[in-house]
Amino acid sequence: MDSVARRELQKTAANVRLGILEEVFNASSGHPGGSLSIADIITYLYFAEMNVRPDEPDWDDRDRFVLSKGHTCPALYAALAEKGFFPKEDLKTFRHIDSYLQGHPDKKHIPGIDMSSGSLGQGISAACGMALAGKLQNKSYRVYTALGDGESQEGQVWEAAMFAAHYKLDNLCAVLDFNGLQIDGAVTEVMNPTPLDDKFRAFGWHVIVIDGHDFDQIEAAYNEAKTVKGQPTLILAKTVKGKGVSYMENKAGWHGKAPNADEYAQGVAELNAYIETL
Amino acid sequence: MAEKIATREAYGSALAEFGHKYNIIVFDADLAEATKTIKFKKEHPDKFFDCGIAESNMLGVAAGAAAAGMIPFVSSFAMFAAGRAFEQIRNSVAYPQLNVKIGATHAGITVGEDGATHQCLEDLALMRTIPGMVVMNPADAVEARAAVEAAILHKGPVYMRFGRAAVPVLFDANNFKFEIGRGVVLAEGSDVTIAATGVMVEQALIARDLLANEGISARVINCCTIKPIDRELLTAAAQETGCVVTAEEHSVIGGFGSAVAEVLCETCPVPVLRVGTEDVFGRSGKVPPLMELYGLTAQNIVDKAKRAVAMKK
Repeated sequence: MDSVARRELQKTAANVRLGILEEVFNASSGHPGGSLSIADIITYLYFAEMNVRPDEPDWDDRDRFVLSKGHTCPALYAALAEKGFFPKEDLKTFRHIDSYLQGHPDKKHIPGIDMSSGSLGQGISAACGMALAGKLQNKSYRVYTALGDGESQEGQVWEAAMFAAHYKLDNLCAVLDFNGLQIDGAVTEVMNPTPLDDKFRAFGWHVIVIDGHDFDQIEAAYNEAKTVKGQPTLILAKTVKGKGVSYMENKAGWHGKAPNADEYAQGVAELNAYIETL
Repeated sequence: MAEKIATREAYGSALAEFGHKYNIIVFDADLAEATKTIKFKKEHPDKFFDCGIAESNMLGVAAGAAAAGMIPFVSSFAMFAAGRAFEQIRNSVAYPQLNVKIGATHAGITVGEDGATHQCLEDLALMRTIPGMVVMNPADAVEARAAVEAAILHKGPVYMRFGRAAVPVLFDANNFKFEIGRGVVLAEGSDVTIAATGVMVEQALIARDLLANEGISARVINCCTIKPIDRELLTAAAQETGCVVTAEEHSVIGGFGSAVAEVLCETCPVPVLRVGTEDVFGRSGKVPPLMELYGLTAQNIVDKAKRAVAMKK
């Protein structure tokens, strides 16, 4: 990736992070920690990887994205708004009674949302169904999904993992946002799901381990996934929960809590200062 | 003696038949021989996908396929479709209003020898609480086939309940009309209405003859569609006959009888007595003695009808 492209993605990701803070601050609720950890990957998907049309969100041949870790939709909504699927000013209505921006992704009402999700473990199954449908319809679109590390404790994830390998869904690429923290603490202490790379390999997936905040590694992983034939790919992305907002980084407490006014102002200042350095 | 065909047999045949007419795909969870989706698989092997014993994932996969424009049918036993995968049906299928058709077989006590773990007596209650879900419970093979085609033509999620045991063919295939949401008066009557669904429709017709012998005139209504329920037909029947007995192969809690009572307590409050399994689990056994043991009989309908008529005064 050339330095201009990298800088543009970093800038867009910082704007997505500003959107995340705006959403959860104005909602006085929501899930900033895991939204910030997946922000770089979602930014890459929508601004460098996926073939989508903001003016035609239901375009038949589009690439699909299912946010299986649906509670981190502030990142997805911010990216969709940056991309032009809906107005950026709507982000501040997130979770409000008269807003279409529901607390978890709502396919029926939000432009650009390919699947409703939020009940953990279910999104990856839907992504499998879309990938299977793509093959049946001889479509060339690809299907992307993002899982949480805590989410991998759900049995349905492994039912879906079996299905995807069994039906050789090489048009499916999942990313697992390994930020290491869930509501009750470290994933390895709450209910240790590791080693996730070995587990997915054992289930028949091609596995790539990367730093989920390094755009060069993200790009290389998604490019590699497209070359894999006969099996689905899992990108195991090591990330920092709360990434980009200093006081939220690596704190389980920021899984599902909104910042107060001072905290919000500090987060915005930090992200703007970061953008200045780019 | 009428020909006997299990509704699951008719379901499998209908899938195979309509697979030539409509662009449907079918998922099963290692029960294709039992749910009879095997018939579809034989004729349309490229459109059949076994999901293994993983019902939760199967519902999610079907939701995704529907989101990508396909018309997927999913099949398992009612216990594992409506029961185990309830939340996947609610959140992945129904919340986004996806075009998934759930064909649940082996519903109710007529599962027989497999016993309580497999005798789902709660599926109608579970499914009809979900917003936007159409719930159908065909009474015979003719109605089962019609329900499958209606489900294909309906846009949105549908739950269909089929039985394991062979049941008499009640309706004439050559002269059969079916519409989602419409109940059908099978026999006129003026003293009491028997509203029945599924395998209990046959018992309702037998009960009507028994009641006639005692000078009681019973109207019989077949409600294949439990949601949306036919409010107009049930309300008119309540107004004209003054009392109602419901009959279903399901718990009296939350199912068809509850749905009828919910309507009538708002539109025409008359005595409504329910025939169904009481607040109990099933058990192993042959089908006829099980039906006797749990009160799923024409005689129980007759007894309740007489009580209902007495309550009018």
